[in-house]
Amino acid sequence: MADPTLTGDARLAQLAQAKVRRKRREKVIEMVLLLAACVSVFTTVGIVYVLLRESLDFFSHVPLWDFLTDSQWTPLFSDAHFGITVLLSGTLTSSAVALCIAIPLGTIIAIYLSEFAGHKTRETLKPTLELLSGVPTIIYGYFALLFVTPLLQKIFPELPGFNVLSAGLVMGIMIIPYVSSLSEDAMRAVPMSLREGSYAMGATRFQTAVKVVVPAAVSGIASAYILGVSRAVGETMILAVAAGMQPNLTFNPMEPAATITSYIVQVALGDLPHGSVGYQTIFAAGLTLMVITLGFNLLGHWMRRRFREAY
Amino acid sequence: MAANTDSRTAELRRLIRKAKRWDALFGVLGILSLMVGVLTLAALFTGMAIDGVPRLTGDFFTSFPSRRAANAGILSAWVGSILVMLVTAFFAVPVGIYGGIYLEEYARKNWITTVIEINISNLAGVPSIVYGLLALGLFVYTFGLGQSILSAGLTLALLILPIVIVTTREALRAIPRHVREGAYACGASQWQVVHDHLIPYGMPGILTGVIIGMARAIGETAPIITIGALTFIAFLPPVPGMGEPAAGLFDWLFSPFTVMPIQIFNWTSRPDPAFHQNAAAASFVLVFMTLGMNALAIWLRFRMRKNISW
Repeated sequence: MADPTLTGDARLAQLAQAKVRRKRREKVIEMVLLLAACVSVFTTVGIVYVLLRESLDFFSHVPLWDFLTDSQWTPLFSDAHFGITVLLSGTLTSSAVALCIAIPLGTIIAIYLSEFAGHKTRETLKPTLELLSGVPTIIYGYFALLFVTPLLQKIFPELPGFNVLSAGLVMGIMIIPYVSSLSEDAMRAVPMSLREGSYAMGATRFQTAVKVVVPAAVSGIASAYILGVSRAVGETMILAVAAGMQPNLTFNPMEPAATITSYIVQVALGDLPHGSVGYQTIFAAGLTLMVITLGFNLLGHWMRRRFREAY
Repeated sequence: MAANTDSRTAELRRLIRKAKRWDALFGVLGILSLMVGVLTLAALFTGMAIDGVPRLTGDFFTSFPSRRAANAGILSAWVGSILVMLVTAFFAVPVGIYGGIYLEEYARKNWITTVIEINISNLAGVPSIVYGLLALGLFVYTFGLGQSILSAGLTLALLILPIVIVTTREALRAIPRHVREGAYACGASQWQVVHDHLIPYGMPGILTGVIIGMARAIGETAPIITIGALTFIAFLPPVPGMGEPAAGLFDWLFSPFTVMPIQIFNWTSRPDPAFHQNAAAASFVLVFMTLGMNALAIWLRFRMRKNISW
């Protein structure tokens, strides 16, 4: 391309032309890369668009007030009721059970791994624990239904085959690594000088952990909890398999119940015609789910910013 | 005075002993909490192995699902899973890597970048079933792709995009500045720096992210159920150029399908315990696939750490 016989101005012009070409190519490549980065924005726009489009249609048939206050959820019956509180109660109960497991255990594990365990212990136990979050959730569903429920039935003989308790317990164990990893990262980011100061004052490891490290890492720990909450709220397959799918307005974990997510699965498994009100309910349910998780995510961002300690 | 000092010392000693007891107690508590996780994992695997391994014969991999548990197999499920993964990788890998490169190397500090970044961190927190609803509303009905391998692959690609982007960025960030500066000093353009230096050096890290993302995608059930994958498929997608009339090169993309997690779901929700054994066996295969992929990712990361010294 560069003709060596050219000299002087001709050669300079040729070089300038090559430079322009190269700049143009760089610009095109940058545009392509930007487009790739924007796919995520399109995804969000797509999600919001689809959920709103179908939900608006749904709310033109069902008043928003009924949706929020009705105490029955029977969208497929001839006497249809659309009370999202029924599904919300299932979601709340199962998440509460899961968090009762995940938050205490996750926090203790994080403190242990970050402050107590030696290097070797941490490097072997942490990946093992993270396997927990690598197992597909459908397999946890299978485990909850066929292992944990029979086990629980030995303790509580009157426990039904489908119940929120076993699904919630298994879900809690699944969430432990999410809580513990993020909390541990936050604790490890606390500068050594704080710990050294505390040890120099004669504090034990436990005292240092609880009174110095945890308060210093509280923003990270809180956002770990919130990630755990939004995992629990959005979890689907464990509940669809092990908690039964019948709508049930209850806060008793010993009963079967449907959650927002398992209702969507139930409808998707059936054969609802596209465009019917029944079909639209899953988008309204999805919108509710999206609003809840978005709320928690925003809360997490806010907390990280509000309580961040800068060193 | 002396007696006073003695009692004071004794008191201090008691205090110290108490504090140390707490320390030891918490150590035990930590181990116990870890054991809850590890033992659950162990129970899960042994239970699955006891129930499932006897069913893992060659026939299990080469038979279609059947109404009789003993004849049922996972042929259509594993073929479906692999095809869906192909589509997912085809979209998620380039888009995720290019997106990550843009954000890490090209993006200026402006509102577009901020929007994209906030957006990605929010997408990572969206429940997977919501992606299923997106796909149902958009891919299946609005774009008319139907309940096909293509729809499922695209859905999972969007689902793992944040993972691929974030790990790509981390891999690029770990490459020291002087690599870029050296290349620029030799007259390389920005794309030449990225293409000839940053991508090769960041490859182990990027691959780790891709593999972790794919391992996540292969186990996802909810979004695929939502787009309406069938649970009982007794045929394979058309092979290009085969059959009568000959199938087109891309016909398989639009074929109905099932995947491993859905097959497991289907078998688990049947009351007959014989099917539960099938579910255990299929779960065993699926766990083997996902954990195998995760192990590969961990190994890659380990190797990368060992071999590269800047």
